[in-house]
Amino acid sequence: MPAVKIPRKSTLVDMTAMCDVAFLLLTFFILTSKFRPQEPVQINMPGSRAERKIAEQNIMMLTVSKDGKLFFGVDNQKVRARMLERMMAAYPDVAFTEAQKLKFTTTESFGVPFQMLPALLDGAIKNDESAPGIPVDSTASRYRRNELADWIFAGRVADNELRQLGEIQSEGIAVAVKGDGSTDYPKIKKVMDTLVEKKVNKFNLVTSLKGGDSVASGE
Amino acid sequence: MAEMNTGDSGGKHKGGKRSKKVSTRVDMTPMVDLGFLLITFFVLVTTFNKPSAMDLNLPAKDDNKEDKKPEIKASKVVQFVLGTDNKLYHFRGIENIVVDSIDFSSSKSIRSVIEAREKEVIDQWGSRDSMLLFIKPMHASKYKNMVDILDEVNIAQIKRFALVDFSEADSLMLMNAIAGLPLTASSGQ
Repeated sequence: MPAVKIPRKSTLVDMTAMCDVAFLLLTFFILTSKFRPQEPVQINMPGSRAERKIAEQNIMMLTVSKDGKLFFGVDNQKVRARMLERMMAAYPDVAFTEAQKLKFTTTESFGVPFQMLPALLDGAIKNDESAPGIPVDSTASRYRRNELADWIFAGRVADNELRQLGEIQSEGIAVAVKGDGSTDYPKIKKVMDTLVEKKVNKFNLVTSLKGGDSVASGE
Repeated sequence: MAEMNTGDSGGKHKGGKRSKKVSTRVDMTPMVDLGFLLITFFVLVTTFNKPSAMDLNLPAKDDNKEDKKPEIKASKVVQFVLGTDNKLYHFRGIENIVVDSIDFSSSKSIRSVIEAREKEVIDQWGSRDSMLLFIKPMHASKYKNMVDILDEVNIAQIKRFALVDFSEADSLMLMNAIAGLPLTASSGQ
């Protein structure tokens, strides 16, 4: 009886299908992903059980670091550019070069008094926790003004103008306060008072999601 | 694995030239490797959990109008004073101050405090909506504690609450209460 011959099969697997899947997923992730914005300071947000997520876009972020320094940022680049123009009109003795203006549109968040902003954009001052922060009361500012209030105002006006021009489609800029959990309350209070002073009575506190029962399932 | 077969291994054929049969199969393995590498990269870089947003509405400040403080029965007012080191002082009206050192991380205890105070108000006034909650963070308190309290207030669905400045009068009253002295400062609320 002749031995049964087992046909030798190739161990090669066709990878084409797997390749397709891989690249399909890749495309999906590329399209849906949003890069983590560069942040000048590390913020340890307090936890809460609020379920609503922060707005996707067109948001004004007031970041308060652990030692109470304030960083300000607007996510929309068009608004940023226009906001800077407004601020330059309000503080006429600070000059910006075109290169600095361009750099400003790509700066996610910053924390220096206005007269130091050109130096920051040149890279002469580091935009990190060593930055002095934006003056929230007039005594800390060289111009004896609450510079945060001016930034908030400039940002909102810029957003409003761009919306009227139809350049951005959104329901108006959202304001969010992102504070470190161990920040002293008066620092936050000052920021909130500034917001109220600028007629921003409704804003968000950015928190990380805490485990446990949620608002919905809570009693 | 790379498999770029060239049909036959160049054996001699008699007769006329035959064009070599080249397999069109390309080995996809490196490409798959690359694909998954990039996927991994994007998965890791994307922001996974977006932070959540807690709404806060503060009353508008009108400089032109001298706002008259409405008069509220002291027994309807529950006050939470946030102190240093995660301390919470809570009292209703102007009597019966309780000093609690609350572990804000668990926040179960805050909830029980809110519930207990709510019950007191309901017992006296019949409805939970008559309670007015004042949150007064001291100067030395931390932002985290404020968020914790606000979160609990949201969970308890308390409609009437306010963030109020911690005043000198409050400070005096609290200190006297802690020292066991009679309350001198009447609450102006």
